[in-house]
Amino acid sequence: MELFNLFVKSVFVDNMIFAYFLGMCSYLAVSKTVKTSAGLGLAVTFVLVVTVPVNYLVNKYLLAPGALAWISPKLATVDLSFLTYIIFIAIIAAIVQLLEMIIETFTPSLYSALGIFLPLIAVNCAILGCSLFMQERGFGNVGEAAVFGLGSGIGWLVAITAIAAIREKLRYSKIPKGLQGVGISFIITGLMGIAFMAFMGIKL
Amino acid sequence: MSNFKKLVIEPLRKTNPVTVLVLGICSCLAVTAQLKPALVMGASVTVVTALSNLIISLLRKGIPNRIRIIVQLVVVATLVILIDQFLKAFAYDVSKQLSVYVGLIITNCIIMGRLEAFALSHGPWESFLDGLGNGLGYSLILVIVAFFRELFGSGTLLGYQVIPQSFYEAGYMNNGLMILPPMALIVVGIIIWIQRTRHPEMQENNQK
Repeated sequence: MELFNLFVKSVFVDNMIFAYFLGMCSYLAVSKTVKTSAGLGLAVTFVLVVTVPVNYLVNKYLLAPGALAWISPKLATVDLSFLTYIIFIAIIAAIVQLLEMIIETFTPSLYSALGIFLPLIAVNCAILGCSLFMQERGFGNVGEAAVFGLGSGIGWLVAITAIAAIREKLRYSKIPKGLQGVGISFIITGLMGIAFMAFMGIKL
Repeated sequence: MSNFKKLVIEPLRKTNPVTVLVLGICSCLAVTAQLKPALVMGASVTVVTALSNLIISLLRKGIPNRIRIIVQLVVVATLVILIDQFLKAFAYDVSKQLSVYVGLIITNCIIMGRLEAFALSHGPWESFLDGLGNGLGYSLILVIVAFFRELFGSGTLLGYQVIPQSFYEAGYMNNGLMILPPMALIVVGIIIWIQRTRHPEMQENNQK
């Protein structure tokens, strides 16, 4: 039940786009058609589900203060947490590369659907941001970290698909000249964010 | 001089990384509820952009093309770690407020974008100026957004009360919506609108 609660919270209340503005750049750049947006959303979800638990384990057994105690008690005072950023970004880049190869070998159809988006994801702030939030909140076990990654990914997927659908319709509406394109996307995202604030009070 | 002007002043207006190129939006929106974190964030990004541009430009002849992304990430991450440790030591409360967004400077698209587009093909001094200009352009938008959000959201600037007490007694209220995340998006949208109305050549065609 707690896991389900965490899932709903990370999809709706702590939505990556509307509450934390993570992954905004690709969100604005790619959301021109629903099909490509859904593809990118799926790829992000996929990468998050893998990287967040892996980074959780790395954080727990390598980086956190006193985490090296399992090697020998002498290392119990070592604190490597200043290396967090560089290790996380390296792990993310490596996992994205690895996933690309695995998907290409085993499911070529999925690869052709996600293909072009995968390399882009290594520098998507939603991925690194999610890992950093995971570290900050200190989840209890790997399961929670994985559910948090899944929920955040799906929240991102929902947001980008919704804005893409709205932008497809916007093509036929009369918008002031200076506001066309990026400007109106910003304002609509803001309005969607206000709508999503309605979920704030939910507690399961 | 003209080179200096072109590289440092242009990104403030015509090629502003935030409003024109739409890069680095994430952190731009999240840290602007108050002016102080926005200033710190702007300064940090400017330092990282300028120095990483300089370093990559110095290394550019030695970096193999195939692994350049990972080299860039390592250089940027190292600089960000330095900034993070510096903030923790000298401005602890601001660094707590910025939380994960300091780390997210690594994936800030402005930095990667400038490294790819400029530093790999220009000399060190020019790259340094270019990084400085783009960092300042980013900071400018950050400060404008934060100024309006803090003024209307909390009635203060840098923590000092600006709107006089008599206004509140006369029934003036702070607009609580300004502090909430969605308003940041709307404020940036309005800035883009004003800028593009003044410079019609930047307008996008919706029918494409």
